[in-house]
Amino acid sequence: MTRHFSLLSRLLHWLMAILILAMLFIGVAMVSSLSDYHRLVSIHKPLGILILILVAIRLVNRLFNPAPSLPAGMPAALRFTAHASHWLLYALMFALPLVGWGMLSAAGYPIVLIGLLHLPPILPHDAGLYAALRPLHTVLAFVLFATFLAHLGAALMHAVVFRDGVFQSMTR
Amino acid sequence: MPNIPASSRPDGDPRYTLASLLAPPQLVRLAAIGAVVGAVAASFAWTGGFFSPDRLDQTRMIDAFEAANGPHPGFRRNHAKGVCLEGYFDSNGAGARLSKAEVFQPGRVPVFGRFALAGGLPMIPDGPTIVRSMALNFSLPDGEAWRTGMNDIPVFPLRTPQAFYDQLVAAKPDPKTGRPDPQLLAAFQAAYPETVRATAVIRAHGFSSGFANATYNGLDAFLFTSAAGTTTPVRWSMEPVDAFAPAAAAPTADRNYLFDALIARVHDAPAKWHLILTVGQPGDPTDDATQPWPPERERIDAGVLSVTRIVAEGDGNCRDINFDPLVLPDGIAPSDDPLLSARSAAYSTSFTRREGETKIPSAIQTARRP
Ligand code: HEM
Ligand code: HEM
Ligand code: HEM
Repeated sequence: MTRHFSLLSRLLHWLMAILILAMLFIGVAMVSSLSDYHRLVSIHKPLGILILILVAIRLVNRLFNPAPSLPAGMPAALRFTAHASHWLLYALMFALPLVGWGMLSAAGYPIVLIGLLHLPPILPHDAGLYAALRPLHTVLAFVLFATFLAHLGAALMHAVVFRDGVFQSMTR
Repeated sequence: MPNIPASSRPDGDPRYTLASLLAPPQLVRLAAIGAVVGAVAASFAWTGGFFSPDRLDQTRMIDAFEAANGPHPGFRRNHAKGVCLEGYFDSNGAGARLSKAEVFQPGRVPVFGRFALAGGLPMIPDGPTIVRSMALNFSLPDGEAWRTGMNDIPVFPLRTPQAFYDQLVAAKPDPKTGRPDPQLLAAFQAAYPETVRATAVIRAHGFSSGFANATYNGLDAFLFTSAAGTTTPVRWSMEPVDAFAPAAAAPTADRNYLFDALIARVHDAPAKWHLILTVGQPGDPTDDATQPWPPERERIDAGVLSVTRIVAEGDGNCRDINFDPLVLPDGIAPSDDPLLSARSAAYSTSFTRREGETKIPSAIQTARRP
């Protein structure tokens, strides 16, 4: 029985952990800064689309390279919470960039990544749609951050409190 | 620290029980984890400005517009009274020397936009000395766009976002007198001498008699990059084909006389403007929109804008567009002007608020006309 994630899984996990944390911090920084807004939003959009591409690769990898099983002695409620939170993280990693792309489409903005690289709109230009999606992007980002905090706490619990090898399954 | 292999006892491993978590050495570890998680959460809140409520950000800026003008749900927080325009731009190719942007290649691109009066009052009566504006969206191939918002003044009165904010606060009508507090205004002018200078330049320049014979200036500097890779600072303007006539001293009885004249003018024949690119030289200020550039600077006529139709604001047209001045094509980039990023941020906040509000019809209606 494998006790750790495949190399590709670990690479994707840590690369995306850095990118997603950066996105969350860039996001809240840019909406509260007049002087850095443009610079940050110009990074936020292409980086968000990169995350969408990476999470699609990661999901396929996850289906082919299943996660190692959790320690058999872990209580059922804990296992359930672990699995549910991982799927919630996957769902949010898809939802945030899609909502970001969708809200810019609904606002009638050109979706500029870099230079001449543009994305087509995925939704029609519609005020009501934008007005619904823009706050949704904020709410989902805060749910993602809260889930990440719980995830971080849980990872550290495995590392120093339970010491059951779960932390090492992602670090080794 | 070594890992103790997890036991596979079906009744559960004792290390996961509450009792073992409450043992003192574990409690210390739990507290340390809590501290780490708390520190990450706090740095997130700090990054989002949670601990600096006095910082001038886009929320406070737009709040200041709302405080100065009162609530007008569904309307722009500035340049609130307006009407949509449609037309096209015929590029003559002369701009391609400065910028590789598609819009400067010879040929025609569709344009839509908006004429407006500056200020946050959507129902204000037209007046001869209220700043008029033209906002445009050039629709380029492959979903690219160039958006710009231009005013019919020669320089912008404010150099920084802070100056704009301080002016909004200083010029806010006193609830008792209904007029701005003269002491606050005097203090503002003392703090911003460049605004006093720019206001004198604006007064001396004067206003035209209507929308169709006004010159609209982009005011902020931008950086143009040519196909060869050279970068040049540029300020642009739309100069009317219709002859200049000075504004009348007083408004007419028609509350919308400027807009009505525009609608009638475009109904007769397309109204036209030349897109003029003014080429900056080393030393010309790119970070200060209150200062004019020397009048002898080279001016390139890049083509003609034709406005063929005027339409009332409505669902999905110019009303639901953010003319963010940093929606730029490849080949035009922002300069170091501090107004630019601030405009982009503030317009986005204004746009988000107004798009979520119930709309009432705009002051300027065009449907009744033949
Ligand atoms: C620096 C902080 C992080 C640490 C210490 C950490 C640690 C871990 C560990 C130890 C695991 C293995 C759990 C298991 O065996 O089931 C794991 C899995 C996982 N982590 Fe993280 N992680 C971090 C950040 C993130 C971030 C930011 C995300 C994405 C939002 C994320 C998403 C996931 C997902 C989805 C899994 C489940 C693995 C899978 O099924 O692909 N992690 N993490
Ligand atoms: C993992 C992906 C993403 C994360 C974690 C994320 C996170 C955030 C956060 C935290 C904010 C600030 C929300 C607020 O406080 O109101 C934000 C705003 C924003 N995001 Fe994202 N985002 C992601 C993807 C995207 C994508 C793909 C796009 C567009 C292509 C996008 C476009 C925007 C825009 C335009 C804003 C707001 C700008 C404004 O209102 O002025 N985001 N994002
Ligand atoms: C920091 C400085 C500035 C602030 C805070 C500011 C604020 C605003 C706001 C809040 C709007 C409404 C946006 C919307 O809801 O779509 C607006 C519109 C506009 N502004 Fe500014 N502005 C600034 C500087 C300028 C400058 C320098 C110019 C001229 C070049 C300008 C020209 C315009 C025009 C033409 C519009 C109307 C666009 C339209 O019709 O949609 N603004 N401004």
